[in-house]
Amino acid sequence: MILLQVIVSGLLMGSVYALFSSGLTLIWGMMNVVNFAHGDFVMLAMYVAFFAFTLLKVGPLLFVPLAAALLFMLGVVVYLGLVRHVVRGPPLAQILGTFGLALVLRYAAFWAFTANFVSLPDNLVGGTFDIGGLRIEASRLLGGVLALVITIGMHLILTRTALGSRLLAVSEDRSAAMLMGIRPDRMQAIAWGFGAASTGIAGALIALFFYISPTVGESLALVAFVVVCLGGFGSVPGALIAGLAIGVIEALSGYLIGAVYKDVLVYSLFLIVLWVRPRGLMGTS
Amino acid sequence: MSLLSVRNLSVRYGDLVGVSDVSLEVPEGGVVALLGSNGAGKTTTLNAIAGLVPTAGGSVTWQGADITGRPAFAVVGLGLALSPEGWRLFVQQTVEQNLRLGATVLADRKRLPVLLDRVFTLFPRLAERRRQRAGTLSGGERQMLAMGRALMSDPKLLMLDEPSLGLAPAVVETMYETLGRLRGEGLTLLLAEQAVELALEVADYAYVLQTGRTVLDGTAAKLADDEDVRRIYLGLETE
Repeated sequence: MILLQVIVSGLLMGSVYALFSSGLTLIWGMMNVVNFAHGDFVMLAMYVAFFAFTLLKVGPLLFVPLAAALLFMLGVVVYLGLVRHVVRGPPLAQILGTFGLALVLRYAAFWAFTANFVSLPDNLVGGTFDIGGLRIEASRLLGGVLALVITIGMHLILTRTALGSRLLAVSEDRSAAMLMGIRPDRMQAIAWGFGAASTGIAGALIALFFYISPTVGESLALVAFVVVCLGGFGSVPGALIAGLAIGVIEALSGYLIGAVYKDVLVYSLFLIVLWVRPRGLMGTS
Repeated sequence: MSLLSVRNLSVRYGDLVGVSDVSLEVPEGGVVALLGSNGAGKTTTLNAIAGLVPTAGGSVTWQGADITGRPAFAVVGLGLALSPEGWRLFVQQTVEQNLRLGATVLADRKRLPVLLDRVFTLFPRLAERRRQRAGTLSGGERQMLAMGRALMSDPKLLMLDEPSLGLAPAVVETMYETLGRLRGEGLTLLLAEQAVELALEVADYAYVLQTGRTVLDGTAAKLADDEDVRRIYLGLETE
């Protein structure tokens, strides 16, 4: 029973991992750029949730969409102001561009919010459900289920709508997309917006049950990179499966061999998968 | 007045000269062929007209307006569609998605089903394969899809880059029958083609390109009958 409990909480956490990792994989899939600031986007979203609650007294019903909207705008601005220019440079410029942005955001957060850990009150989404002996906190259930729904929604937007088709067209063949009358710059700005909005929603959801600090994005970014490599670069379904898997593996190894060592297991497994199947579970070569 | 007129066009790729001096006229309702060997500059000329590559000199005029240097996504909206060299299909997407992408610039979305029907009538094979990924199509089907996709923008002028390249003779025949039908519907065509005899059959006027210059032009009938032209410029054996 305890094992099942551990697996369920792993799945709930994993679904949030899947959400912000889909954003990273979308950006990569669109333009082969790694967003090293992705974890720091999540961090900013967590602060948006925190300040929306403490200053504006609004709950998750409002601060989740608010974080999504603000981060969408941030994504668009980052693309137009930074990424669009550095992609014309050498590969190192691209890496340092978003890496530099990560540092700027992180230390700006130190400056603005101080290094103190803060958190939202435990009872913001109150209560614990008891489902057949399984005890699940309401905040984690909300976070996990909502993240899952939005990740699937993102996949449906990409595969079933005209907008998704245009986004994919730009990533497949930029020149051919232009011949269709599609403006690649506009599509890439939208992809950055969606990618960042996914961190907005995920960050606001994690903030419900996780501490908030300027460096919290570091470990989350690492998770996102592992999920994207494991799931296959550019694949949202891959990110979903890999995100859930990482969540469960993390929870299980934390329970079985101790929280301190769980990362060792997660990253060893990651290295093994990369060794056996470098394109990831659902990636195309 | 010509629908499209290109004057002294030149295109450079870095230090390389793509084309140095190309001039041509495409009258409304006409079928114009751009002939020449591999590397003569046919593809570069079409790409420059479509706005895919920047021009270094000269001008492109469309319905009396100077459109030189406009980006490709703006050009297609004016009514010039290009079916590019190598088809450049979106191979991860379905046949229908490719066709719908072709209609991106369509201002009147109600026209989309009408145009889709038109393409499926021209190419029944595409209708059969509409849910299949473009990457699973055969060469002939890919050419049909590239052409259909270009037609989905409801263009006044359709530019085709090597519609016969790499296709089986029977498929090429069907392709040219279709071009004949489109011509009958009043569509203006500009086609770059290495298959000279076929091109001269369907075209009414032709330009010959050699090392990036238009060196010769004339009615298709005249070029097809002139023995010297056939031998020197078109590389055709004379009987």
